[in-house]
Amino acid sequence: MRNSGALHAGAWWIWALGLAAAASRTTNPLLLGLLVGVAGYVVAARRTDAPWARSYGAFLRLGLAVIGIRLVFAVLLGSPIPGTHTVFTLPEVPLPDWARGVRIGGRVTAEGLVFSLYDGLKLASLLVCVGAANALANPARLLKSLPGALYEAGVAVVVAMTFAPNLVADVARLRAARRLRGRPDRGPKALLQVGLPVLEGALERSVAMAAAMDARGYGRTARVPRSVRHLTNVLTLGGLTGVCAGTYGLLADEGAGYGVPVLLLGLAAALGGLLLGGRRSVRTRYRPDVWGVRAWLVSGSGAAVAALMAAAPEAPLHPGVVPLTAPVLPLGAAGAVLIGLLPAFVAPATRHDASEEAPQ
Amino acid sequence: MIRFENVTVTYDGAAEPSLRDVGLTVPEGELCLLVGPSGTGKSTLLGTVSGLVPHFTGGTLRGRVTVAGRDTRTHRPRELADVVGTVGQDPLAHFVTDTVEDELAYGMESLGLPPHTMRRRVEETLDLLGLAALRNRPIATLSGGQQQRVAIGSVLTTHPQVLVLDEPTSALDPAAAEEVLAVLQRLVHDLGTTVLMAEHRLERVVQYADRLILLPAPGAAPVCGTPAEVMAVSPVRPPVVDLGRLVGWSPLPLSVRDARRRAAPLRERLAGAVPEEPAPVPVPAQPRRTGLFRKPVRPDSPAPVAEMSGLAVRHGRVDALRDIGLTVRPGETVALMGRNGAGKSTLLRTLVGMHEPARGTVRVGDAVPHRTSPRRLLRRVGLVPQDPRDLLYADRVAAECTAADQDAGATPGTCRELVTELLPDISDTTHPRDLSEGQRLALALAVVLAARPPLLLLDEPTRGLDYAAKARLVEILRARAAEGHAIVLATHDVELAAELAHRVLILAEGEIVADGPTAEVVVSSPSFAPQVSKILAPQPWLTVPQVRDALGVMA
Repeated sequence: MRNSGALHAGAWWIWALGLAAAASRTTNPLLLGLLVGVAGYVVAARRTDAPWARSYGAFLRLGLAVIGIRLVFAVLLGSPIPGTHTVFTLPEVPLPDWARGVRIGGRVTAEGLVFSLYDGLKLASLLVCVGAANALANPARLLKSLPGALYEAGVAVVVAMTFAPNLVADVARLRAARRLRGRPDRGPKALLQVGLPVLEGALERSVAMAAAMDARGYGRTARVPRSVRHLTNVLTLGGLTGVCAGTYGLLADEGAGYGVPVLLLGLAAALGGLLLGGRRSVRTRYRPDVWGVRAWLVSGSGAAVAALMAAAPEAPLHPGVVPLTAPVLPLGAAGAVLIGLLPAFVAPATRHDASEEAPQ
Repeated sequence: MIRFENVTVTYDGAAEPSLRDVGLTVPEGELCLLVGPSGTGKSTLLGTVSGLVPHFTGGTLRGRVTVAGRDTRTHRPRELADVVGTVGQDPLAHFVTDTVEDELAYGMESLGLPPHTMRRRVEETLDLLGLAALRNRPIATLSGGQQQRVAIGSVLTTHPQVLVLDEPTSALDPAAAEEVLAVLQRLVHDLGTTVLMAEHRLERVVQYADRLILLPAPGAAPVCGTPAEVMAVSPVRPPVVDLGRLVGWSPLPLSVRDARRRAAPLRERLAGAVPEEPAPVPVPAQPRRTGLFRKPVRPDSPAPVAEMSGLAVRHGRVDALRDIGLTVRPGETVALMGRNGAGKSTLLRTLVGMHEPARGTVRVGDAVPHRTSPRRLLRRVGLVPQDPRDLLYADRVAAECTAADQDAGATPGTCRELVTELLPDISDTTHPRDLSEGQRLALALAVVLAARPPLLLLDEPTRGLDYAAKARLVEILRARAAEGHAIVLATHDVELAAELAHRVLILAEGEIVADGPTAEVVVSSPSFAPQVSKILAPQPWLTVPQVRDALGVMA
């Protein structure tokens, strides 16, 4: 929510993506734990009571599930890591010759388990970082910073995103109503039988929403001279073609020479098209988020974590699995991660006013 | 400001037009109220003003509607957005953003107003509607009345010349409804806004209207005039008008104040008479001797059908109910009243086991609701939820009835018999979605009653019902109570409570703040008193039928 002087939503996302980039660089469980701790501390210190801020817990659970699934797969399908410490042995399913290289069951080694644990931990940390951004900055607020030409597409995305929580609420309500008809409210059958009414309800709500948006002026366009409209089309289409051709030139073996200039030209043309397209939109912005000193500090701290981690010496970031060694905490990298705590002190505190009155 | 010229609207696939040959004019700066029974095209008429009919709903519009000189045939709703502000029946369906301040700004952003104008108007609107303390709140956490005010505010910021409202107070408690009406009054008086609104709860709004448009029957020509003229011929009317017509006052009073000034002679005539109770709690006759092992029941205290003591329910960190003690006896009708969000629905849902109490006990008959399987609970308690559609799954009335009999383990045909009794003229093949609000409520009631639960719960049953449907509901529920069903209803409708309930409970912040016989509780509180009681106070009359009976006896 936006209090006076609330932080720019983009700053939170840059900070979180910086932490995520740092997490993707390492498999050291101590560093990853520290990263998750930093993200969690900032969320605890600076999140609001708004409904979207409660999603952090869901991301944490998702992270744990990812680690669990990764371990189960490592146990069942084996691991490519050669290991000598056998923990236990599962009965191996004999597979035909053509399926060589695939294994079900068999020896489970400590090395394999530890490797999968590190790997799962890395993925989970990435998820937690995204969750932190989600809890700290309402994704809908990012819309305010989109260029005018993209605004309508952005609204469509945001409306689609609110669709899911509404659907969950509908399912809960209708399952409760099943109880009133004396039918069990748990189990997959209950879920299936409420499916149709839920979809009907969602459709009705979407139509009502579209009507309300239309009646409030959504999609009003300004009159733009025909020549400008044509120029917009030419620039956008030509620009995108240029971007495609340039990328191909960069990636393909021949033609690397003209790849970069064509790519840049294409990008410039597409951006020009976007700016001209914005003229068709009559929208103005109410109190757009201001990018101030605090936003610089918050986004800068995320970027610093990512940059320092990228520059950190390689070896301690990936503790050895074969042979098994205890991970050590590289002090330099750990210090870099701690920079990510900065937002907990510089970001403006939020008022906890959402719980003043009981929700309906 | 708004002109209708020979407007006829026919929806696709409909045999009859929903509106036929409507020709009328709403002058600038008037508060114009659209009244009539359900299904006569009120919402359609409102929709033609904003252009949503037919641009959004489909169908054919013949004739011409002009708003501030713009023809809705050539202007789409978005091109009318700067002159017409529309708020539909469900404010939640109206919100595009998620916080109050953004919502107020949304319409202005679409119109492309300069930022400093937007800022000033948002601040003005926050003050005008008393929303300043809520400006940063997520909309989902607001109460019903607050949401309705935000919805009105969100269309006001564009300074529309016309405001179109569909049932703005139906879902609100009496105090919140007054808040919203006070705001509308201010808009009409201070800003000269033209307001066109439809509302079933006439007792709340009719005295504020400058002009009434009555749609007496589907396809019938509208009747326009001053409120007193139209009320004299209207099939739908609030109790104050009913009383005026009963006693023969002319011109008809529209507000409690008008009526009270005329009521002195009536009070004299009624002095000494005692109102008949709505329907006394039937004291069970002497215990029947037929069953040999039947426990003798003392006539003064039949076994309660539901009991709660020291009950507390929590939703997350919020105490939804605190220390509730309540006993409901057979044949008793209890009305639960209180603000939106006071815990009325939570109390009802606890009785059907949807919430587990954090402390205290709850029993329904011999069962503990949250530990009883739905199948067994069904024969002890039935709840008709706020939206009866939640209970209906089938695509035909007949299929719904068969399913209800199966669910309840009742003999086949039980539910259909109930439907015939409650809704005499309904065909087996109708889709439940095509029923009117009142019919749908009756069908849901029949489905619940098929299991013959001794305790019947209704959550906000009169939302969207016109007076005729409400009168039918009162009859139906009285008959059930006389058969010995206990009824608990959560309602904002003070007139319904006055007609039906033996006992009224007022909840505030999850606690019971008043509990007693209807006449005592309701009369002592200005916001929960029915109109007749306000007119005839200090005499204890609550409803027009009571007065009619008393006068009939005297004559």
